[in-house]
Amino acid sequence: MNQIHTHPEGEHESAYDDGLLANDAHWAFGTSFEDPLAGVDTTVPDGVDPRALACYCLMLGDDALVLSHRLSEWCSNAPDLEEDIALANISLDLLGQARLLLARAAAADPGVVPALPEGSPVPAEDALAFFRTDMDYRNVRMAEVPNGDFAETVCRLLLMSVARLAVLQRLTTSRDAVLAAVAAKGVKEITYHRDFAARWFLTLAQGTEESRRRLLAGLAGLMPLWGELFETHPAEYAVAEAGVGVDPADVRGEAEVVLDHVLATSGVERPEVRPLAGVRGKKGRHGLHTEALSRMLAEMQSVAREHPMGVW
Amino acid sequence: MTVASTRARRVAESVTDPELPMLTLADLGVLRSVEIVDGAVEVAITPTYSGCPAMATMRDDLVRRLQEEGFADVRVRVALDEPWTTDWITPRGRAALREAGISPPGPAAGPASPSTRSTAGGPVPLTLLPVRRRVSCPRCGSDDVALTSEFGSTACKALYRCRACLEPFDHVKEH
Repeated sequence: MNQIHTHPEGEHESAYDDGLLANDAHWAFGTSFEDPLAGVDTTVPDGVDPRALACYCLMLGDDALVLSHRLSEWCSNAPDLEEDIALANISLDLLGQARLLLARAAAADPGVVPALPEGSPVPAEDALAFFRTDMDYRNVRMAEVPNGDFAETVCRLLLMSVARLAVLQRLTTSRDAVLAAVAAKGVKEITYHRDFAARWFLTLAQGTEESRRRLLAGLAGLMPLWGELFETHPAEYAVAEAGVGVDPADVRGEAEVVLDHVLATSGVERPEVRPLAGVRGKKGRHGLHTEALSRMLAEMQSVAREHPMGVW
Repeated sequence: MTVASTRARRVAESVTDPELPMLTLADLGVLRSVEIVDGAVEVAITPTYSGCPAMATMRDDLVRRLQEEGFADVRVRVALDEPWTTDWITPRGRAALREAGISPPGPAAGPASPSTRSTAGGPVPLTLLPVRRRVSCPRCGSDDVALTSEFGSTACKALYRCRACLEPFDHVKEH
């Protein structure tokens, strides 16, 4: 199960070799040591199309992975230390959800995992994260928008947490035991994220003229992507029908109520904006993204792609 | 329960958490079961948070300690259901946290916890006001404390400061 990387005698060249990193199992990428679903029963429930289930897990997982990466870009750049740590914490929660969901996708349908050279030690979740192109990513486009200022990040975290919490809460009763467990954990985490974002939204809206100006600009820039969070892809429809997934259209009413509550408390009018069109009607869930995702993935994946046989 | 499984359980229960080394995995409540299956020790652990980066180290430590104690074949599996809650931290674990200057969590059934704020089927209520908890300073015992941030040095902790002794401290969040 565990591949503990050791050095032959006489090759020790630094203090790291003599203990600190002698056991490198804690380096997640490529060690295959830490399967987040180790020992979990991943049998697909009766009457569920494994391909639709895998596709759905990629959607929820990619939303988390891409937003997590954007939030992680704030690390050491946030306005103050507390917010820097908070955003990194939130990013870590989302990365954890992404790992479980990508691993669940791979277990449901190994066909979604990109092929790597024979003998590659890269586990399935990492192959999915680091070796898929933008067209195979299933996240909504709001997740990939490049970071603007802190106010815009607060807006995005609010909008995406409002939608995700409503979905995950319903997902706790999924017939798929793995998804139900991931959702039950995720609900607790996203509740904290949503409260954090909503409080900052209120603070910035009622803060200074400048903080309010920035918040309104951030919100106006993101709202064209709000509706996409509730559009139903055929895979989402299929898993909802099968009792293992959630049709995002079903949570829109609840999400709008929560958002309106935050807006009203903050004294902010909902901006009137037109939805951002897709390409022939196809958007993030279909793998049709904005250019920003390609650039983000190019950076995120470059090291892993250089070393498909690497042990880290 | 056999002698071997009792002994394996005792060994597993003595392994400490990598990030809160004053706590054993049993006191933290992440150690779910220790069984002998087909001659191998099978240990189940539950992550505190989805992204808990300490899972691999916990697994490593469990395998190493059990192997040191003569259990050659050790398997560690993840148990996701039910999700971990701070209510599983034992009284001894809470005392150890406080002793180490970390404020232990209140009951997760309290209003501060998202796990119970959601009534079955209903939406999770939004909390726009700062969370109010009964927290006292683990150093001087004063109740005059203020929340600095809901997110502290690790995902499972919030950051507080004491207005009496002026020291900052971590509080394990109700979860």
